[in-house]
Amino acid sequence: MSDTEDLDAFIATGSRLLGIEIRPEWRDAIRLHLAISLGHARTVAEFPLPEGDPAPVFSA
Amino acid sequence: MSWETAGELAADVTARRRGASEIIEAALGRIERGNPRLNAFTAVTAERARAKAAAVDAALAAGKPVGKLAGVPFAVKNLIDIAGLPTLAGSRINREHPPAAADGTLVARLEAADAVLVGALNMGEYAYDFTGENCHDGPSRNPHDTARMTGGSSGGSGGAVAGGLVPIALGSDTNGSIRVPSSFCGVFGLKPTYGRLSRAGSFPFVSSLDHLGPLARGSGDLALAYDAMQGPDPHDPVCADRPAEPVTALLGRGIAGLRIAKAAGYFRDGASAEALSALDTVAAAVGATREIDIPEAARARAAAYVITTSEGAALHLDRLRERPGDFDPDVRDRLIAGALVPGVAVVQAQKFRRWYRDAVLRLFDEVDAILAPATPCVAPLIGQKVFELYGKEMPLRPNIGIYTQPISLIGLPVVAVPLPTALGLPIAVQIIAAPWREDLALRIAYHLEEMGVARAPLPLGAE
Repeated sequence: MSDTEDLDAFIATGSRLLGIEIRPEWRDAIRLHLAISLGHARTVAEFPLPEGDPAPVFSA
Repeated sequence: MSWETAGELAADVTARRRGASEIIEAALGRIERGNPRLNAFTAVTAERARAKAAAVDAALAAGKPVGKLAGVPFAVKNLIDIAGLPTLAGSRINREHPPAAADGTLVARLEAADAVLVGALNMGEYAYDFTGENCHDGPSRNPHDTARMTGGSSGGSGGAVAGGLVPIALGSDTNGSIRVPSSFCGVFGLKPTYGRLSRAGSFPFVSSLDHLGPLARGSGDLALAYDAMQGPDPHDPVCADRPAEPVTALLGRGIAGLRIAKAAGYFRDGASAEALSALDTVAAAVGATREIDIPEAARARAAAYVITTSEGAALHLDRLRERPGDFDPDVRDRLIAGALVPGVAVVQAQKFRRWYRDAVLRLFDEVDAILAPATPCVAPLIGQKVFELYGKEMPLRPNIGIYTQPISLIGLPVVAVPLPTALGLPIAVQIIAAPWREDLALRIAYHLEEMGVARAPLPLGAE
């Protein structure tokens, strides 16, 4: 499968499981934004983090 | 168009050279004449403003003391509660909400200083936007060129201040939504330390990143508004339990002894000639010869992006399920994509955020402030979907905040200072300080104004 097909399959299944109805004309933009977000997620994941707790609530 | 500062207006009112009612009538007239061109306001609270101004005048006539913002008109991004109005947050869906029962904390605190609320301001839907565009209310328009974006999501806040409709506006900044319109519209903006100013009575976007703050045409007015709004608030669990630390009296202390560095690497890559020129001009003016690398800034931006899209989607999940067709399409499609981002990515981003915070805070052992561009370019055209970044065509909306996101991710205070450019459009530079050191960033901003380097340019053709 191509990246596009993989993403479309993921979007179709994921949105159905989340209960979000997607119209066909929305798919290209959703795919674009999901690809950008997953790219950023990969960028973060590639960083070798020390073990530690996440900071779901941040205090400066 | 009025270019008077809040400080000048309040001084005139307090000295009874002019009445608050006279000032507010003039402001309401400017809004009536100017708003059709700028589309900055979504509601004008004329009756309320007249009543408040009359109360200020009555207090003065009775010899009673008045607040430091006596008679100063201000307006707020329409995600901040105004008693009697539904809090739109730029959306269609929220129009059906009941009117807010009370003012947001920051509105109440500004009015406690005798400022006068004159209305609610346009914004990008649910604050997920760097453009100032809005399909429900129409785009906020840049006073320097109404064909161009104000930037967002506090687009009306930028336009109303830069267009001379009000001297002070409040905005919110999750990833850059005060700093981007400050840059595109050419005004000063303060994104305080995360937790400094209460967010109670505002519609959230990403609670772990949301800040509220002022926009104005000078650092003195930023400081006046900021001082009036500080202090703990039990109604916002994020608001820090620390006393107010007023800065207005500190602005004139100068910058002698301050160690100021210029961000290098990531913060120069992708920047336009105008952004680099503004940065270098500011750096030269404050003697910032040292360059500093903010470690892993690109990854910090990526972490902010992942947290934002996922946390924002979680906030709106029910609305996405029930009323997806009622969203602004540009916002809806990003939120649906955000709902699909795996949870492991968000947890990893939060872990990285902790590491990054520790790494960046160590820099402040060596410097007091860091300079960086606010936006990679001047204001794009309304409707523009792509722009050139890193030498290639990139989607515009997700990428305007490349220089602001790594800073707000860890809640550092920033003052955005505007400079004119040869293009006739302004652009801003970020002055970034350590947590709780808004005073240093504001002192540097004030110094740059005194030198004539930073200023809110008068829009071309302005009367």
